Amino acid sequence: MIRDHIASRRRNLDQSGFANGLSRRRLLQVGAAAGGGLMLSLSLPFPSHRAEAAVADEFAPNAFIRIGSDGRIILIMPYVEMGQGTYTSIPMLIAEELDVNLKQVQLEHAPPNEKLYANPLLGVQATGNSNAIRGAWKPLREAGATARIMLVAAAAKRWDVDPKSCRAQDGEVAHVPTGRRLKYGELAAEAAKMPVPAGVTLKAPEDFKLIGTPAKRLDAPAKVNGTAVFGIDVHPPGVKVATLVQSPVFGGRVKNLDDTAAKAVKGVRQIVRLDDAISVVADHMGAAKKGLAALNIEWDDGPHAKLTTADVARELEQATLGSGAVAQNIGDADKALASVTTKIEAIYQAPFLAHATMEPMNCTVHFRKDACEIWIGSQAVARVQAMAAKAAGLPPEKVIVHNHLIGGGFGRRLEADGAVRAVEIAKHVDGPVKVVWTREEDIQHDMYRPYWFDRLSAGLDEQGRPVVWKNRFAGSSVIARWLPPGFKDGLDPDSTEGAIDLVYDLPNFRVEYVRLEPPGIPTAFWRSVGPSHNVFVTESFIDEMAAAAKQDAVAYRRALLDKSPRAKAVLDLAAEKAGWGQALPKGSGRGVSLQFVFGSYLAQVAEVEVSKEGTVRVRRVVCAVDCGTVVNPDTVQAQIQSGIIFGATAALYGEITLKNGRVEQTNFDTYQMLRMNQAPAIEVHIVKSAEPPGGLGESGTSAIVPAIANAIFAATGKRLRKMPVDASLLKQPV
Amino acid sequence: MAFTIKVNGQTHSVDVDSDTPLLWVLRDVLGMTGTKFGCGMALCGACTVHVDGVATRSCITPIDGIGNSAITTIEAIGATGAGARIQKAWLEREVVQCGYCQSGQIMSASALLASNPHPTDADIDDAMSGNICRCGTYVRIREAIKQAAQSAGQGG
Repeated sequence: MIRDHIASRRRNLDQSGFANGLSRRRLLQVGAAAGGGLMLSLSLPFPSHRAEAAVADEFAPNAFIRIGSDGRIILIMPYVEMGQGTYTSIPMLIAEELDVNLKQVQLEHAPPNEKLYANPLLGVQATGNSNAIRGAWKPLREAGATARIMLVAAAAKRWDVDPKSCRAQDGEVAHVPTGRRLKYGELAAEAAKMPVPAGVTLKAPEDFKLIGTPAKRLDAPAKVNGTAVFGIDVHPPGVKVATLVQSPVFGGRVKNLDDTAAKAVKGVRQIVRLDDAISVVADHMGAAKKGLAALNIEWDDGPHAKLTTADVARELEQATLGSGAVAQNIGDADKALASVTTKIEAIYQAPFLAHATMEPMNCTVHFRKDACEIWIGSQAVARVQAMAAKAAGLPPEKVIVHNHLIGGGFGRRLEADGAVRAVEIAKHVDGPVKVVWTREEDIQHDMYRPYWFDRLSAGLDEQGRPVVWKNRFAGSSVIARWLPPGFKDGLDPDSTEGAIDLVYDLPNFRVEYVRLEPPGIPTAFWRSVGPSHNVFVTESFIDEMAAAAKQDAVAYRRALLDKSPRAKAVLDLAAEKAGWGQALPKGSGRGVSLQFVFGSYLAQVAEVEVSKEGTVRVRRVVCAVDCGTVVNPDTVQAQIQSGIIFGATAALYGEITLKNGRVEQTNFDTYQMLRMNQAPAIEVHIVKSAEPPGGLGESGTSAIVPAIANAIFAATGKRLRKMPVDASLLKQPV
Repeated sequence: MAFTIKVNGQTHSVDVDSDTPLLWVLRDVLGMTGTKFGCGMALCGACTVHVDGVATRSCITPIDGIGNSAITTIEAIGATGAGARIQKAWLEREVVQCGYCQSGQIMSASALLASNPHPTDADIDDAMSGNICRCGTYVRIREAIKQAAQSAGQGG
């Protein structure tokens, strides 16, 4: 299967003639720089030799492994690297069962191919929802084991011995009784002729050599010396650089354009006018930006010219007054609520958020009548191919997509809107053009984390124990647009994750969801997706119940965890390591959160300090995590540290607002990021577990927001039910 | 207009408008893409280079202000003592994630270490708070700077 695929790919390259024009040496220098025998051939679907060398002596037992007779062991990565360490942890899975050292392997981005490279948990070829390790855990170890068995069989046949007397190790097969050895490369041609084993037995955890060890990141060397190639760094010969301005109001159009001054800017080559955007094409971005500033555009703002965030919130609020699709229903919530001792009601709101990836949106396109070549950093390369093909008016196989390192994904690069826009521009440009969004365009034309509105009620019995929980919430369903089959009967698994599957034992529990798409603002996945809002709401609300019952926030949660020992263990560990219960100075407080999302259990304790002016400083965060079997413990630590900073940024600053249909935030002065001087100390404690691995790329983000809100409550007695933190609510009276 | 600038010890002649930011000359004209674009307003530090050893945001530094100054970028920072120590510490502490901001982080950290071989936490805050990392590698950046400082003390 893989060979047909490779062959057709090569035909496409040859027909387009594009591959020859590209400086392979330049694109492959990342590999040389990475050293240690590892090559990240990140810029071409296949390294240069692929287009020329015969494939006859090659062993390609599945879509993930190729072993050449020259000894090269190439692992094809179906998941993309955006900082989460997947280019290290995924090879660990294959290498473990293939019995090769990580230093012996070379990596390649998988080309667009939904059949071969779809994530089994998503059903599409995409990197997101914290499921690379979860999706790859079994199939990629099986891919490695299958290849190893065939290599051993080839060696045994050559030596005419029993395969059971042979052993694979470090890229070689050894015949144990005689000590004879053959390298995998020497066996490649013969291994390819061996029967594919029907079923394979995977290693027992106690036999793991790589999995569970802190492997060094394979992408790190190129990222510290400036040689790593991100999408924005590609430079096909003759490439021009373009930037753009899109209608400030979503849905608006260009009414009039005066580009005289822009055309006069030195280095500006062309102005491209689209229906709802203008692009300035130039020799370099400096000229393109200067040209952009010189444009005189009159916009027709269209139907959303007056839209404000308050309008969106009001519609969502209305939606929570009706009924929604029932996402979870245990016991009889309404009946139980009628007879409780204490009733609690609350409304929570979570804002629109931008992704603000450090690498601004960009896409390079060489459009021709009969073919199109694209260079991009994408979390969903097959989606890019399909949508770009549509925009180009070409069949997908005529669109070649080169995927690159991603300078921050966080869900933004699961979307192909940028590629579509770049194709629209490139259709008017002769030769390749790199379209780069300014930071202002990146923030003002993001696709945003949805605004959410939650209406909750709960009842406590005489002991203060929760006996009923009701939640009806409204917001956009990203799944309904992005993966339509995932939206069924008014529900989708993302919008409700973290809202319907609490770790607590609650006898009467009802959650309803109302899908409501906001007008005039596009929504998308954002790091920790559904749980980014649901965990904030549920973990704040359980904290409210503990306070109403006048009980300790940890003890209160703990009493509800008899059926969830893994949750109880992380809660206990986080509380112990954080020194829960120990005194803190006045104005400081600790808050806890507990979640089971993305297949992992996390408890966090945040320590905050609230000034008299109401400003909040997060001092320290302690996190305990049970993510099942750990593949790379250093990555677990790094991802939780990362998720906490990302979530703390959102809790303290994150908010996209609309006024007159326009996003009000523009750059890092108005859309602020947590910085070094504000970063908390972070401790991560991993619970040892033999369960299958859970996801971790996003868990830290969803857990920290309520931990901060709860800590603010502990410090000030004020409950913040709307993010981000509003200092004016915390300011002490003079 | 033609300008002659000295980058990493090499002299280059470029023909651009006098107000063109150094960032775009490096990236788009000279093809040195290690220096990154993040904000265009000196708010994020991704574009940091050294101008005569001083950490400078190249996105707001016009080409006509460079004169004879020596520009050092991420591509050559490893040739300096402080830069080499910082890069080594970055690898040992596994600082990078997506990596996009790290050129700028390393340039800021190298300038700090060159001028202040034993920075305190407050010094690190002062020197590094202009560099945003969206992946949140701050904890490790701080550790790596301290480790690099220590390695200098040991004669490294």
